[in-house]
Amino acid sequence: MARNIVITSGKGGVGKTTTSAAFAMGLAKKGHRTVVIDFDVGLRNLDLIMGCERRVVYDFINVIHKEVNLNQALIRDKRCKELYVLPASQTRDKAALSVEGVGRVLEELGRDFDYVICDSPAGIEHGATMAMYFADDAIVVTNPEVSSVRDSDRMLGILSSKSRRAENNQDPIREYLLLSRYSPDRVSRGEMLSVEDVQEILSLDLLGVIPESGAVLDASNKGIPVILNAESTAGQAYQDAVTRYLGEDLPHRFLEVEKRSLFGRLFGG
Amino acid sequence: MRLLDLFRKNRPQSASIAKERLQILVAHERMERNSPSYLPKLKQDLMDVIRKYVTVDQNDIQVKLGRDGNNEILELNILLPEK
Repeated sequence: MARNIVITSGKGGVGKTTTSAAFAMGLAKKGHRTVVIDFDVGLRNLDLIMGCERRVVYDFINVIHKEVNLNQALIRDKRCKELYVLPASQTRDKAALSVEGVGRVLEELGRDFDYVICDSPAGIEHGATMAMYFADDAIVVTNPEVSSVRDSDRMLGILSSKSRRAENNQDPIREYLLLSRYSPDRVSRGEMLSVEDVQEILSLDLLGVIPESGAVLDASNKGIPVILNAESTAGQAYQDAVTRYLGEDLPHRFLEVEKRSLFGRLFGG
Repeated sequence: MRLLDLFRKNRPQSASIAKERLQILVAHERMERNSPSYLPKLKQDLMDVIRKYVTVDQNDIQVKLGRDGNNEILELNILLPEK
């Protein structure tokens, strides 16, 4: 039985899809059979971040409506054979995501895969609630910024009340914090909430801190999940986060300001 | 620290303002979220009973659910009109 992981945040633009792509690739690279599903019906973008946009033929909604088999819609990643992508529909109405339909597809995937990653759309509408309904684990992506932290807290409330686990009185969803777009430099100058601040407000287990990095835009430009860029700080931070998710205890990196030369320190740069 | 920052020492640190605002807001929103769903209905019923005897405005009745250690406290505040 696969473990369902929802990548959620409430607020848009904080890095849900980047995180979904990175996590899926990270888990698959470690040998776990992984599928990543785009729940953003009408505004699909996971295919683009994964670099498989030209290979989309059928989508999640086609499978829910039983128009095609699951295998016809799944796209196998060309870089990692353990990884599959299930794209969202670009045209259909998001109401097509029924509890029964999504549940049936997840159950079928569960027989074949180790991990099912659900990339949630922004907001608290139907697509977002469906992405989290069947979750076993939730990764709450948050930026160190007031509106993102507030929205994350709202999502925690929804996770604890409107999920299958909550409705069936099962063990609650395991919730993790992933802080992204972190800038140690700005934190040191008192301009940005620190990891400790955000953790204190949300009281969540910290899965990882992804530093602000040009590599993220670069990766999305190319359609290569940033985790594959092992030279970048963001890529390394995602690798650490995946390792931590799998149960290994790693110290958090990239939380301190990088040491700069005297020249750099005097004039900024 | 940059050289220029020396002259900006007295500026308030916006991160600490953000933290304080969030702590207050999040605590408030969690309280509301965790309050029982019957609270609005209870409030309405209480108002109807009170209105049988005195005329009070909707805004003059406040129902608050608080917590003191292990005890939940339902606080009812009614502002009676002056005679």
